[in-house]
Amino acid sequence: MSLGIDWVTEWIRESARVIADHRVELITLDREIGDGDHGENLDRGFSAVIQKLGDLPEGALPGDALKLVATTLISTVGGASGPLVGTAYLKAAGAVGKAEQLDGAAVVALLTAARDGVVLRGKAEVGDKTMIDAWTPAVDAAAAALADGADEAGILAAAADAAEQGAKATEPLVARKGRASYLGERAIGHRDPGSQSSALILRAASDAAAGTSGTGSGSSAPDAS
Amino acid sequence: MKKLINDPKNVVDEAARGIEAAHGDLVDVFYDPIYIVRKGAPVQGKVALVSGGGSGHEPLHGGFVGFGMLDAAVPGPVFTSPTPDPIVAATKAVDGGAGVLHIVKNYTGDVLNFETAADLASADDIEVRSVIINDDVAVKDSLYTAGRRGVAGTVLVEKIAGASAERLDDLETVTRIAQKVNDQTRSMGVALTPCVVPHAGEPSFTLADDEIEIGIGIHGEPGRERIKLEPADAIVDRLLGPILEDLPFASGDKVLLFVNGMGGTPQIELYIVFRRAAEVLKEKGVEVTRSLVGNFVTSLEMQGASITVLKLDDELTELWDAPVQTAALRWGR
Repeated sequence: MSLGIDWVTEWIRESARVIADHRVELITLDREIGDGDHGENLDRGFSAVIQKLGDLPEGALPGDALKLVATTLISTVGGASGPLVGTAYLKAAGAVGKAEQLDGAAVVALLTAARDGVVLRGKAEVGDKTMIDAWTPAVDAAAAALADGADEAGILAAAADAAEQGAKATEPLVARKGRASYLGERAIGHRDPGSQSSALILRAASDAAAGTSGTGSGSSAPDAS
Repeated sequence: MKKLINDPKNVVDEAARGIEAAHGDLVDVFYDPIYIVRKGAPVQGKVALVSGGGSGHEPLHGGFVGFGMLDAAVPGPVFTSPTPDPIVAATKAVDGGAGVLHIVKNYTGDVLNFETAADLASADDIEVRSVIINDDVAVKDSLYTAGRRGVAGTVLVEKIAGASAERLDDLETVTRIAQKVNDQTRSMGVALTPCVVPHAGEPSFTLADDEIEIGIGIHGEPGRERIKLEPADAIVDRLLGPILEDLPFASGDKVLLFVNGMGGTPQIELYIVFRRAAEVLKEKGVEVTRSLVGNFVTSLEMQGASITVLKLDDELTELWDAPVQTAALRWGR
């Protein structure tokens, strides 16, 4: 089984759903160590994406949909997360190119390019208490799952699990980038909101691949058959 | 939350409509995307100054659009930087053929979005330069943070670079002067209370009744330490100390002393702060030759203040004194 445009559009819809569901949680996390707008901004961006999704022409490719997400997020979210998450989708679109179907290797390439885009824009490293702390373990886990022979859904489930652990692992860290960096040691004990939203978006990708999106299960993928 | 608003979603739009209604002689306001431009822009042959950032810091930046200061201001959502689209639209709207200077406060979102906008405008053959404002000494070590923030000193950069542009200096000169003002400006702030961002509906941080936060940025985000409330003079000394150590300002220097309110502190307290700051500077042999006191870079209704010191020379003094006509700053014209 490989993943096509249906997976990408379902990923986007599921992302919008979970971001809306977790809007207040993300605002609260951001208020603790940032300025409290993360949930609001992402919800505004993904709501705009959903409205534009209908504009995708018949026969649109995965890359087209990813590019639509990128440009919409960059032009609606603002703050730091607009350019960061937008660039992730832009680079992901570049990585999949004109492919109609994405196999496991293509999915790993997509995730890797997305992560590299965030690093490029934000100049953050693992341990800086940013969304990279979710993205990088997710990419590593996806690559390992591919090497172990997992299918696309299995790769994405591994990525989502690792992202969630990565987000949790930001709690004891001192932030070195973004608004939270001004808190110094007082950021310790708080989860980075960007890592949390990244984990939600990657879980949405996994749920969309497993056909479990919208069910609220949010757990690992069943065997794709 | 107790605020004079209709709907949190419409706060920025309705405020812009108010600016348009109140100051229609000075500015034109565009919507979708939203930006504010100087009446009569673009001014042919003049370098255009564009600034912007999250809303909630009024009168920054919309209040400083007009003769001798900004050509355009781009307001983002409350405490959130604008996206590249309105920045590009504003940049194009005010380009008079002599290039555009972006004045950007050093906050990650502002820097990323203005950077993207500058790239897009440059692709359309508009010459864009950027100056990143980072006057906040509260942030100790830029190696381990996102770097010093751009705070109240931004107003001084906008005024002085605006005067340079108004006398038709070229882009290189206007950029050099903006950079010079930034390099010679140091600020530090204190919060006595938090503020409430309309869409969040709850305080953006919490402070006990007897606590204050030293070294805040313009969103109330912290920088140095949380301490028990002290008398005004002791707080001024805490703010001014790191400012004076940093440049460093020396005996015999002439400076502009700027005491800025964060939105919820009355003018009477700002003058108490100014009094002490001027006293300390005098003790150090530093002469205050220009001054500014008031709410210019605010943080919604937060109680607190910041102190900014700019080291002046003849060039900067002359440009500071030059006429300016904006909604929030006006003299000589």
